[in-house]
Amino acid sequence: MYVAVKGGERAIENAHRLLAHERRGDRNVPEVSLRQISEQLTLAVDRVMTEGSIYDRELAALAIKQARGDLIEAIFLLRAFRATLPRFGSTEPVDTGEMQIRRRISATFKDLPGGQVLGPTFDYTHRLLETWADEPDEPASGQAQSEPTPRVTDLLGVDDLIEPSPQSGPETPAGDLTREPLAFPAARDVRLQNLARGDEGFLLALGYSTQRGYGRTHPFAGEIRLGEVELEFFAEEADFALPLGRITVTECQMVNQFQGSGTTAPHFTRGYGLVFGHCERKAMSMALVDRALRAHELDEEIKAPAQDEEFVMSHSDNVQATGFVEHLKLPHYVDFQAELGLLRRLRAEFEPEQTDDAATQEAAE
Amino acid sequence: MPVSLSQQATESPRNMDVAERRAAMKLLVAAETKELAGLLAGIGPLPTHENVRRPETGLVMVRGRIGGDGSPFNVGEATASRAAVRLAGGEIGFGYVLGRDREKAHLVALCDALLQDKSRRSTIERAVLAPLRSRLEAERELAAARTAATRVDFFTLVRGED
Repeated sequence: MYVAVKGGERAIENAHRLLAHERRGDRNVPEVSLRQISEQLTLAVDRVMTEGSIYDRELAALAIKQARGDLIEAIFLLRAFRATLPRFGSTEPVDTGEMQIRRRISATFKDLPGGQVLGPTFDYTHRLLETWADEPDEPASGQAQSEPTPRVTDLLGVDDLIEPSPQSGPETPAGDLTREPLAFPAARDVRLQNLARGDEGFLLALGYSTQRGYGRTHPFAGEIRLGEVELEFFAEEADFALPLGRITVTECQMVNQFQGSGTTAPHFTRGYGLVFGHCERKAMSMALVDRALRAHELDEEIKAPAQDEEFVMSHSDNVQATGFVEHLKLPHYVDFQAELGLLRRLRAEFEPEQTDDAATQEAAE
Repeated sequence: MPVSLSQQATESPRNMDVAERRAAMKLLVAAETKELAGLLAGIGPLPTHENVRRPETGLVMVRGRIGGDGSPFNVGEATASRAAVRLAGGEIGFGYVLGRDREKAHLVALCDALLQDKSRRSTIERAVLAPLRSRLEAERELAAARTAATRVDFFTLVRGED
């Protein structure tokens, strides 16, 4: 516990002024604009939107600038901003099957109906630092195909080779962590919401741990797709679903080790990831951890951290985590005085005993 | 080209198909605010209208589906703005747009209302929707062509026998 302290107002105000000065950097260097951040640090903006849990590129760019590039601080700023706005309601669920695809790859089928497109990827780059003297070339153009691009899991689903997605009745609303506190055991919809806003680094490490044997699930990247989906909102006053606009999302379908029983034929199981913007590593990690967290449902032995929903869900949020870790910086003077008093008492009790022990030993010798 | 307000009152206003309104909204919400204002300015002075819902900004919870096709779950929120207007002839238009631009929500609502007015529909179609459609289609086609250039055909190498 820490208690309120008084004083330090002048120091705090000056610290904020100094912070603003440091944020600006060398005043001879042009200030970075929100548009520049949004256009050129696209993936940082995407991460802040995903974990800040608000899709708004301009706000995320502003948060990144204000946070001096500290993405967790920027995520914190977005979460705080959220509290200032009312919620109109929920959108209709997005249909990723109707995505305007900018990237689509599968590690399981080379001849995917609709084709594989690499899109704007770091994959296959040499990871050599470059300096650019000129503007980049215009991108190449190809012949766009109009064939449909079904999800890989839909293709496997046709032959029952993979488990179907869970279906709930239309009257069952999805759980919402921003409205109800976390309770265990948590349903998969709530787990996915938690993972979608969870820290990328934390989920990456957990996903990695499952690959290294801590809750192994034998994953294949069935499909990763990036692109734009339409959002629609059912407005009661209009009595129909109104188009809101398009957002960019990344989806990952993990195909995992099979399951079967006396009554069901063996089939692949699944893990799912869906995030705002282009956050591929996050979508993949999310899908790995989603699958690992299904251990109980799939009758698997729970022995690894990634399978423990209480452990994962209670520690995935970087705003909560940073709040608790960083609160250690705040004055804990009273707590510490109490500890100090206790320690002094213990030492006082310990010292006479020591002297007695020493005397006994001397006498024995 | 402005149309007199007395003209529309004599016509049945609300006979536009929901599918058509949705299709128009898809274009309108994809427009930039300035662009929309500019296109609307091209048809003359804006008709008198009242705000049924004053433009406001809030959040919508974006939902996805487990596995892409299963039960819904909440992915995260998005900023959105909304407005509703009523024309003198009684047509009510709605504007719901992503982002914090209340003016855009207002303009979308106005277009939606004007589209329901038979005497104005063709003007809005010609002066607002058609230019938006051609810009958005061209952009979409360019993006699709650039994506198509990265289409990849992997082939597997058969391992040689010893």
